[in-house]
Amino acid sequence: MSHSASQTERAAITYFNADDLARNQAEIAAGKLWRFPGGIHPPQRKDLANQTPIARMPIPKRLWIPLKQHIGQPGQLIVQVGDSVLKGQALTAPGPNAGLAVHAPTSGRVSAIVEHPSAHPSALPVTTLILDTDGEDTWGQRHPIADYTQLDSAELIAHIAQCGIAGLGGAAFPTAQKLANSQPLDYLIINGVECEPYIVSDDRLMREHPAGIMRGIKILQHISGIEQVLVAIEDNKPEAIKAMRDACEGDASIQVRAVPTVYPSGGERQLIQVLTGRQVPANGLPKDIGVLMQNTGTAYAIYRAVMFGEPLHERVVTLTGEALERPGTVWAPLGCSVEDLLTFAGYRAYPKAKVIMGGPMMGFTLPRLDVPIVKGSNCILAPAKKELPTAGAEMACIRCGACADVCPASLLPQQLYWLARDHDYDGLRQYNLADCIECGACAFVCPSEIPLVHYYRQAKADMREQYIEKHKADIAKERFEARKARLEREKQERLEKHQRAAEARQKAVAEREAAAAAAADTVPDTANTNAGESKQDKIQAAIARAKAKKAGQAAPAAEASKQDKIQAAIARAKAKKAAQAAPNSEPAEAPQTSPAEAPAAELSKQDRVQAAIARAKAKKAAQAAALAASENQEAQPSNKPEASEDATLTPPSGEKTERGHD
Amino acid sequence: MSVLSGILIGMAALAVLALLSGVLLGFASVRFKVEKDPVVEQIDSILPQTQCGQCGYPGCRPYAEAIANGDEINKCPPGGQATIDQLADLLGREAKPLDGAHGVEDVKKVAFIREDECIGCTKCIQACPVDAILGATKQMHTVIADECTGCDLCVEPCPVDCIDMLPVQQGPERWKWDLQQIPVVEVSDTSDLATEVKA
Repeated sequence: MSHSASQTERAAITYFNADDLARNQAEIAAGKLWRFPGGIHPPQRKDLANQTPIARMPIPKRLWIPLKQHIGQPGQLIVQVGDSVLKGQALTAPGPNAGLAVHAPTSGRVSAIVEHPSAHPSALPVTTLILDTDGEDTWGQRHPIADYTQLDSAELIAHIAQCGIAGLGGAAFPTAQKLANSQPLDYLIINGVECEPYIVSDDRLMREHPAGIMRGIKILQHISGIEQVLVAIEDNKPEAIKAMRDACEGDASIQVRAVPTVYPSGGERQLIQVLTGRQVPANGLPKDIGVLMQNTGTAYAIYRAVMFGEPLHERVVTLTGEALERPGTVWAPLGCSVEDLLTFAGYRAYPKAKVIMGGPMMGFTLPRLDVPIVKGSNCILAPAKKELPTAGAEMACIRCGACADVCPASLLPQQLYWLARDHDYDGLRQYNLADCIECGACAFVCPSEIPLVHYYRQAKADMREQYIEKHKADIAKERFEARKARLEREKQERLEKHQRAAEARQKAVAEREAAAAAAADTVPDTANTNAGESKQDKIQAAIARAKAKKAGQAAPAAEASKQDKIQAAIARAKAKKAAQAAPNSEPAEAPQTSPAEAPAAELSKQDRVQAAIARAKAKKAAQAAALAASENQEAQPSNKPEASEDATLTPPSGEKTERGHD
Repeated sequence: MSVLSGILIGMAALAVLALLSGVLLGFASVRFKVEKDPVVEQIDSILPQTQCGQCGYPGCRPYAEAIANGDEINKCPPGGQATIDQLADLLGREAKPLDGAHGVEDVKKVAFIREDECIGCTKCIQACPVDAILGATKQMHTVIADECTGCDLCVEPCPVDCIDMLPVQQGPERWKWDLQQIPVVEVSDTSDLATEVKA
């Protein structure tokens, strides 16, 4: 249920020492069941939909397939509008970080890719592919695995990931990611509890396809290497228990356990506690205590994927509630709209009717009915008016403590409620809000009708938002500091460069002066041939002459080259300016001078440039006007910057090249 | 003699004791030195780091320093009232409403360059405090939306007005819950319900 819990803090299996582990395993083998704290007994109402076999609905004319249907990153679209796709064809490439692909649930044509309301309490639009079905339901290529026992677990996990399988219990966590595990595990739990009222998808699936689920379990056993399998079914589903027991007969490694009907015993952590007596640590995962859990529907989907090569393209959805004429279960193609499903089940709408996705405890009211079924949707509940009346007015908390008695996570709901109302996020952390599984048991028993879970969800969203903002601020700060450092460094480098250039110039000047002085010295030297001259003087004079000669040769050369360069640069800049000025100032001339060579593309580019200049000028004018209006006496200065900035505006590159050669 | 020696011994003992405790204290002050988190750091970590300069200081850190030196805490529009409250909490000052002279609290925005109209002048790149704009001279520029803090500083320098500040798109992942809990009640007589629906 709370797969999204932090995966970073993983305790090693220090839950048991060897003796305790052996005792625990012996107890489990003996069939002992534990209890989790709290829990409630809401009316079940399961017989509404579990009397009829899982139906097949006619293929809807149109499917809305959201590109992301699991927890994680969406994949990259690999089909285009207008493409014909076959059933089972991948529509997206798997996203990063073990993201999952989505597949075409039937054959048809991609008619559009739009932002469409999502199957989410907010119904905020998400990128959705619209598939116009052709009704032929033609399968594309399937890659069944003839003998999965010949493949190792990594290959099978890759196959399962390719088939886009996500946990069908509701959270839609990528199954492959859950299976890829290196920790030692001793129990595989198949969750067929389905504790939420009304929902019967797994119940019907277990009754009708026990052999398939069983094969799926064997595949999971092969992948995970776990010997012991516990299939958990609530004791209010005797038919499902019998069907699964019959299917597993003769296989000693699989035990079917009937667990007492308590809501929320189907929660991952709660069921683990019921079956093994072990508690998943806070911030931990089931694998930390040696357990892997999969939903029955997921096991069946894995069986279809491995044995028949079918990617996840449909799922069992419970259609229930008193407002439906034909409640029951149905194989719904992913992307089928809730509207189509309701029509199939004979929905009798009434004013202010509400339709709930999921069950009455954890589901949410759909703001609109054109949202599609996704991998995680297990139930559509259309209650009659009196069936699920809207909550009464919220009253003050009387601190009765009923909520704390029923909390399956041993939290203090009323304390969390006060803290959430106070927006005291540190306090909420201290009281372990993150361990709340949002099962709704506290709100169910609250005599003051306080929508407690509502407060927790909001507080969780706020805390997440705060975390994201903080993270973003940290990144922004880092980037700002990096930029500051870079600017400082560049400034320093520029200064150094200027300094070096200045030094070089000074040196050159000094040398030239020295050479000139030396030359001046040598002339009188040679004229006055005095006998009293020492040898050293002569040598010095010779050196000076040599230097002067060298300097004389080098200086003009350097100067000439520098001058040449400057001239060349000026010429280039001028040419560029002229080239730009020509079309700008006299646009009529340009086509005249070279009509043949003026392609349409260039014209459009010129147009764009002109448009940009016009816009810039308009902006300047508007600014100037505003300035003039606000400060009448300062009308002249406002003109000035316009002129100067106009010059900088026209050719930024020309400016740059000149500056670069300086 | 005995009196004198007694005094001497006493003095020596005290001197040794003083020396010992002096050494101990000196060692402790070096060994267990506590690097107190300076208040500027704490203030800076509360500020939203948009580096927008709306407070009148060139970036968040300079404003943090100014606050530490006694400036008002209500000059940060991107942070809004939440930031003011946090600062008031931290500094033990009174939480005032946001100073309207520095701007008003707005929804989160992100810069978007209309790429057809961009002339490649690089002016926005130079203005961006967090280097969130990509581009080169005479090449089209674009904003890295994930890195943009929505500070608005690139809008003004653009000579062709091709930068828009768009509200950040809110996906379902970051949506804040707003719904009534769905209650389950004991339904005693369902046949009664069915008739009502038909009616």
